[in-house]
Amino acid sequence: MPQLADANASVVIERLRAWNPGCIAQIIEYRGETTIVVPHKLLLAVAKQCKEDPALNFNQLSDATCVDRFPNEPRFELNYQLLSIPRLARIRLRTSVSGQQPVIDSLEPLWPGANWMEREIFDLFGIRFEGHTDLRRILLPDEFEGSPLRRDFPVEGKR
Amino acid sequence: MTTVETAVGTTKTMVLNMGPQHPSTHGVLRVLLELDGENVVTAVPDLGYLHTGIEKSCEDKTYSQAITLTDRMDYLNPLGNNLVYCLAVEKLLGLEIPKRAQYIRVMMVELQRISSHLVWLGTHALDMGAMSVMLYCFREREEVLKIFERFAGQRMMTSYIRIGGLALEPPAGWREMVKRFLAMMPARIDEYEELLTNNRIWQGRLKGVGRLPAETLIAMSTTGPGLRAAGVAFDNRKAFPYSSYEEFEFNVPTRTESDCFARYLVRVQEMRESLKIVRQAMDKITDQGAIRSEAPGVVPPPREKMKTEMEALIYHFKIFTEGFSPPPGEVYVPVESPRGELGCFIASDGSPKPLRVHFRGPSFVNLQALPLMVKGQLIADTVASIGTIDIVLGEVDR
Repeated sequence: MPQLADANASVVIERLRAWNPGCIAQIIEYRGETTIVVPHKLLLAVAKQCKEDPALNFNQLSDATCVDRFPNEPRFELNYQLLSIPRLARIRLRTSVSGQQPVIDSLEPLWPGANWMEREIFDLFGIRFEGHTDLRRILLPDEFEGSPLRRDFPVEGKR
Repeated sequence: MTTVETAVGTTKTMVLNMGPQHPSTHGVLRVLLELDGENVVTAVPDLGYLHTGIEKSCEDKTYSQAITLTDRMDYLNPLGNNLVYCLAVEKLLGLEIPKRAQYIRVMMVELQRISSHLVWLGTHALDMGAMSVMLYCFREREEVLKIFERFAGQRMMTSYIRIGGLALEPPAGWREMVKRFLAMMPARIDEYEELLTNNRIWQGRLKGVGRLPAETLIAMSTTGPGLRAAGVAFDNRKAFPYSSYEEFEFNVPTRTESDCFARYLVRVQEMRESLKIVRQAMDKITDQGAIRSEAPGVVPPPREKMKTEMEALIYHFKIFTEGFSPPPGEVYVPVESPRGELGCFIASDGSPKPLRVHFRGPSFVNLQALPLMVKGQLIADTVASIGTIDIVLGEVDR
């Protein structure tokens, strides 16, 4: 068990490992922030555990966003910022999504607030969320072609 | 095109299009309302009319160039946007900021909070039919903007907070100016409260309207005054202090009713708390001291040094041509904006331009709760609910 500066992160890792030893693929510590990398298939289950385990109690999803590592594969990284208001603790969950099949489980069943965040990612990155109740473009018009925040989309737009 | 599906052949409900050009939507928000008589059955917000692709533009600029873009997101809180972006870049770099600059930052963002709440109060009162409050609020807001103009040379798009510190030394006579404002403001807030708090029309329009339980708000990711009005005392300034907030004494106002009136009371109280913080910050800010950290290659050298030292000139040239490269990694920095948790996520790949910049705008996330808030209520109450969520469309659409 690596010694982490962030006591909260150690608790989260310990609890998650006790629940399912294979659920953490990697732990990244950078500038005092801990990122838990989760296998693609286990994202929803790990998030559920983070929310429902009384010792973790991450009751709010602060933010969800995507990073495009083009031309690497798997090219997309999804970052979820979880917040526990009662414990005043934060943690980041990360999972990767391939460019050929950009599909991932939606976290909307756990935190309804994920709805618009995932719609934004769908709109700007073209990642589909399984189990999302209303997956439509949110910022761009419906007839817009392409996913503008992908790295291979030109900054000046397509002509 | 966002549409609302109504059952074919029924005449029970009708669809009403509200916005995007509607005075009570505070910008260009479009809400599709399905109505049964005057009651809202469903409300579907339609966004994106102000989408300018700020996050994409940030990827094509060096770290310091993107500051001016952040001003233009939440245009009632440009200093807060500067702050969250600079804090995130400074965290990537592992940069320490001089205390004096931190206190000036706190003072500026608290003044900004007051001015933002003043605009909210004025426009919301206008929506509810109280014209004069708007005139009073904008009168006081002008005083805050004058302070900003003296500090930064700009009333609104200040870009005053920079990576590593501040753009400029505080101007001569700033203390008197801020003191005058502090002396004037408490009585003015009393004045608004006299006009509104016990006003029967104001209470009638706001009490019991747009009520949502705290659990729902938390699940919908709501933060800020909306959540505090539901009895949850969550404030990033207390929970995860940044920029030396832990050295300041202030309360986090809460209410338990969770209706529009409670949100109004929380915001008014927050203005008073902000005044307290500004007063403490003023005492902490020394007349002498650094406003930028010593970080050659990241923070531009002072003008005099640039004229006399060769290294300083080289650094200056390098910062403004190719920029600087933080080590690869990701950070997420949350701050408490007047509207709630404003977060900035930056991913660096070790190049002088960010790989990804993402802003978690509180307006965007808080607006999600609108359909739940207005369900079953009257159209007129929809206006009250939109108002008390306090959205800035520049931030919703980014």
